Amino acid sequence: MNQLKKIGNWLDDRCGYTENILPLIKHLAPPRAKWTYVFGSATLFCLILQVVTGVALSLLYQPSSSLAFQSLNFITNEAAFGKVLRGIHFYGASGMVLMVGIHMIRVYIYAAYKFPREMSWVSGVILLLLTIGMGFTGQLLRWDSNGVWSSVVAAEQMGRMPFIGKYVARLLLGGDTIGGHTLSRFYSYHVFVLPAMIFVFVGLHLYLVFRNGISEPPKAGRQVDPKTYRAWYQNMLKEKGVPFWPDAAWRDTLFGALVIIAIVALAILIGPPALNAPPNPAFIHTTPAPDWYMIPFFSLFALMPPAIESWVIFLAPPLIVLLMLALPFLSNKGERSPVKRPWAVFGVICVVIFMTCLLVIGYKAPWSPVFEAKPLPLSAIRGNTADSLMQKGTHLFYMKGCEYCHQINGYGGFKGPNLTYIGNRLDLSLIKIRIVNGGPDMPSFGGTLSKDELDALAEFLSQQK
Amino acid sequence: MSNEIIKTEESRRKFILKISLGMGGLATIAVSIPVIGALLAPLLGKEEVDWVTVGAAKDFKPGTVTLVTFQNPDPKAFAGVTANTASWLRKGFNNDFIAFAVNCSHLGCPVRWEENANLFMCPCHGGVYYHDGTVASGPPPRPLSEYRVRIYKGNVQIQTGPIPITNLTATRK
Repeated sequence: MNQLKKIGNWLDDRCGYTENILPLIKHLAPPRAKWTYVFGSATLFCLILQVVTGVALSLLYQPSSSLAFQSLNFITNEAAFGKVLRGIHFYGASGMVLMVGIHMIRVYIYAAYKFPREMSWVSGVILLLLTIGMGFTGQLLRWDSNGVWSSVVAAEQMGRMPFIGKYVARLLLGGDTIGGHTLSRFYSYHVFVLPAMIFVFVGLHLYLVFRNGISEPPKAGRQVDPKTYRAWYQNMLKEKGVPFWPDAAWRDTLFGALVIIAIVALAILIGPPALNAPPNPAFIHTTPAPDWYMIPFFSLFALMPPAIESWVIFLAPPLIVLLMLALPFLSNKGERSPVKRPWAVFGVICVVIFMTCLLVIGYKAPWSPVFEAKPLPLSAIRGNTADSLMQKGTHLFYMKGCEYCHQINGYGGFKGPNLTYIGNRLDLSLIKIRIVNGGPDMPSFGGTLSKDELDALAEFLSQQK
Repeated sequence: MSNEIIKTEESRRKFILKISLGMGGLATIAVSIPVIGALLAPLLGKEEVDWVTVGAAKDFKPGTVTLVTFQNPDPKAFAGVTANTASWLRKGFNNDFIAFAVNCSHLGCPVRWEENANLFMCPCHGGVYYHDGTVASGPPPRPLSEYRVRIYKGNVQIQTGPIPITNLTATRK
């Protein structure tokens, strides 16, 4: 035992643990920095989880356009613990995005970005962008037909940049088309480039915690004054501070552990997202959709007025990022308490509601044609169902794709108006005019339907009342 | 005298420092050129195009739209199925052909030809196009892109091209 202690002392002397590392671990944290302060460290725990499971997955994954899909099938169905690993990496990504979001909201509501922690906020914004980049490139490495089309969709968004758009798109795809270089480039970004940047900025982000201290929970009326803040903060720590380890860190440890246990549980109970068709760009019967954290943006693309959309795609991201980076410079002193900053709280609530709505509507995707619509059953339609003209009209309503976008009695799509009671709103001649000419967001069917077909379809619709 | 020695010593140090920084810069540039070159490689090669046969002209029925698939020019050995591309080939009643890109002009998702409705429809954000590729409804900012197409010795040939990327100033007309 004595020998071990000697070795320990020798190591400590040569490496300087007690001298240099221990003070960092035991640095004083403000009192009352309790459960609202655990989300940053939970993000870090998720990052570590992602690194570890990512390394494990890279033992099995083949990062080539031609083989990745087969190796994913192998990981999911044959490799030891492969399915659980994929699951943990997937839910770990979700957890990290979620924790980053909550952490950021907490920092904003507590105005912890004010003096002297402006650079913590700036590095945090960069880390948020890198996390989103990791999420996007990661879901793409799930190289099935969804992965292929996700990379095309991303390239199209880049294409909206003026002058250089075409080249950025080409750079992203690794060529003019999807091909041998596409996946290996995304793999390199996901596994080397972005993680290296994340390590740099996480290092800075953590260093700044030691440099400027953990922000104290705000109190209404206590103003941040850059001239006196540092002295006041040091004084407060001396009087009431608690050592970070173990007095504050036990909450981070407990919460982080619970988050990771929840992620592993989801991975075991629900499992990773299923792979769909092979990554063949010539296979087009697929409905590309991103993972949940990208769905709000996906919804926005469907709901924006088309006239401004291209401009929004190219202008909004840089403007939003600029605004976020500018925040601590626009307001770096004064009140920190959310009680005294009601508009900040209101803004956060609005953004959260907005994003949640876009997420929910994104899963319903009412703007998309319902390709799998089934012919209307007799029970769903009104009018004289024995009439042959009616029967023909009912059939045409399904055959000509009307049902992809219009509902009757719960059958069909949501893109156009519900036609269950259309007979009450339009008479026979108006229905015909609408079908032939189309509308602001409806194709004209004048060139597609014969006169008989038009009569039958209009007759059927006019009886729906 | 001693002052002069110090001055010479100082300028010597400054000189050596400049040399070391310069050499460091040179080393950085020497490494950066190939690394950045690899990163930008897709922009350095020229766009490859090729005429590929997708079938005999007589095998397509007038007034129909058919999905044809072909390989991109010069596919890499490690491209596998990703070397494939598809096109919606429309044969008119005068034996004329139009080859539409399958990519929706909105954000590039694959559009489907719905034969009975006589429309192309996109599953992503509800873009709809008429049989001639013009926008019928939804968010697409411009009509479907077309590949060049020709009849060569009785065969329909499509000129391969890049994935069509919609730019900022695209219009529906």
